Amino acid sequence: MSTTRASARPRRGGGIRRGEARAGYLFVTPAVVIAAVFLLIPIALAFWVSLSDWNGFQSPLNPRVNFVGADNYAAITTEDGLAQRNFGRAVRNNLYYVLLVVPLQTALSLFLAVQVNRAVLRGRGFFRTAFYFPSVTSSVAIVIVFQFLFLGTGAVNQVLRAFGVQGPNWLNDSRGVLHIVYGAFGADAAPSALADGGMLGISWWEWLAGPSVAMTVLIILAIFTTSGTFMLLFLAALQNIGSEIDEAALMDGAKPLRKFFSITLPMLRPTLFTVLTLGLIGSWQVFDQIYVLGGGASILTPAYLSYETSFNEFRWGQGAAIAFILFVFIIVLTLLQRWILRERSPKKRGFAQRAAARNLSEGGVR
Amino acid sequence: MSAPAPEVPNAPKQSRTVSAKPPKRRKRIGAKARSSMLLGYLILIGLALIYIYPFLISISGSLKTDAEATQDALGLIPQTITFAAYERLFTREPFALWAGNSMLVAVCVTIGRVLFDSMAGYALSRLRFRGRTVIFAAFIAVLSVPGVVLLIPRFLILSELGLYDTYGGMIIPLLSTAAGVFIMKQFFDSIPESIEEAAKIDGAGTFRRFWSVVLPMATPALVTIFILSFQGSWNELGHFIVARQSPELNTLTVGVAQLVSGQLGAGNQFPLQLAAAVLMSIPVVVLFFIFQRRIMNTTAGAEKG
Repeated sequence: MSTTRASARPRRGGGIRRGEARAGYLFVTPAVVIAAVFLLIPIALAFWVSLSDWNGFQSPLNPRVNFVGADNYAAITTEDGLAQRNFGRAVRNNLYYVLLVVPLQTALSLFLAVQVNRAVLRGRGFFRTAFYFPSVTSSVAIVIVFQFLFLGTGAVNQVLRAFGVQGPNWLNDSRGVLHIVYGAFGADAAPSALADGGMLGISWWEWLAGPSVAMTVLIILAIFTTSGTFMLLFLAALQNIGSEIDEAALMDGAKPLRKFFSITLPMLRPTLFTVLTLGLIGSWQVFDQIYVLGGGASILTPAYLSYETSFNEFRWGQGAAIAFILFVFIIVLTLLQRWILRERSPKKRGFAQRAAARNLSEGGVR
Repeated sequence: MSAPAPEVPNAPKQSRTVSAKPPKRRKRIGAKARSSMLLGYLILIGLALIYIYPFLISISGSLKTDAEATQDALGLIPQTITFAAYERLFTREPFALWAGNSMLVAVCVTIGRVLFDSMAGYALSRLRFRGRTVIFAAFIAVLSVPGVVLLIPRFLILSELGLYDTYGGMIIPLLSTAAGVFIMKQFFDSIPESIEEAAKIDGAGTFRRFWSVVLPMATPALVTIFILSFQGSWNELGHFIVARQSPELNTLTVGVAQLVSGQLGAGNQFPLQLAAAVLMSIPVVVLFFIFQRRIMNTTAGAEKG
């Protein structure tokens, strides 16, 4: 049978299966080539650069480039010097950023989802649109808006003045928020115990500075732009719970707050976990905002430091080394997430989940 | 919409029987619920205002004079409306060129991703060939590569290939994403194979089946890829920082970022920056409102009202 068919249609080659295999290879080729040439090979190339003394001239593969082992990694982590101090500062800044952004954006997006999900609410569509809207536009546009809002004479300070508060000159204020708080209690300088010891080239006193005032603006910006996306994730989960359980709880006479903490929240646990880890992964990748604002020690992050070290200071090996440390760290976070969520069967994914999956792979949730 | 239909008439009946049982209690809950509802509305309206007001004063700020924008940032209505900022963007800054570049890149990237991601997704879901599971596993692994660490690697490879500072270098690396392949594969997994049987029996080749039977059925997933690709490449900044250096190749994100950081001598002209932010947001905002239902629809039809 198959031979007659094959001879009748010679373009099929040796039957359906073989034609199918050929089509299969043909169909995956563009995606595979792009992933290999612009993702896997470049990562290998950058790994080589992080182990070399390449200075940016000619190709990193030319024979005059030397293998220097882990020197670049040592320069940013263990050897005293500017490179180490900058890395320490960037890690500290980003750590405070993560500590504030992740819990706050999770709590806010959950709050918004619960509010917007109420069956009796009028204008639900309007509220959802309003909260999601900041997620639509580019980070460049949002930074412009925030820079304008947080000027010394800007809208935020005008509102604060109405409440009798004199606002700081936000984005130009490099003081650590916690240092300001200590100062209010009379501790202006570092006690010697904190000034002497340290880690990654900066003293414990500096570690305890908290986010700079400028960084708090970026923290607010991150919460503002991501809470809408995560709200959609929570909303999808809330709608899966459905109203029957709500009604059952109501019948049992559960108060709204009690109902939320003993019924809704436990049922949302997988989504809560997804939002927390996506937030964690995304908020270690802060780059766009820092670039638009032109960098600076008080808002330095590892992602931006890696760029600046390579492209502006031509210490390519160190820049690539910072990128790899970040890479490994984020991969570990991702694997941790996949491992914990491994038992969940792949359910139908909504738009928000897809958007989140995309963000995860392409530069993080802003 | 079809799934919850039988539930809807049920729900009010149930609550009616509940409320009929203890009439006294119902009244107390009602009064309490009403005041808490009012409070809920006030909180929501306040929050919505916080989310929207920044965009409103940005639009109005772009229509103010430099002095007024700095002194009265909060005011929603400019004392003197001026289009000077917009005029300057088009006459003294190469804003139109940036917009053209952004559009070119976004259109090419979107077409490429819709085509390549759906082809790969279809092959990985339906076509049997050796190495299929390995390739799919590789795509899953690639999914977790964080975008921000690709800045240096992408620059290196584009230089090696001689694509640095060309349209090719800006577009080709973005033409397909592992996330897109994954979305398409998941979608093709969810539609029954029997749909293709008729075409198979008619003797249609694989490409023909893909193009005229399977792809038209995949419209929902293709729309998702379309929105994500256009929005993603229009808003992309990092890749265009490392893929080019000529001012003629500036996209909107790169050009406007230079405008903000004062590299073009426009450091404190807030109306100009705000006008740029407003204009560069228009395409993605329009896209958002066109596909709003699709984007905001969190579950497939489980929504009431």
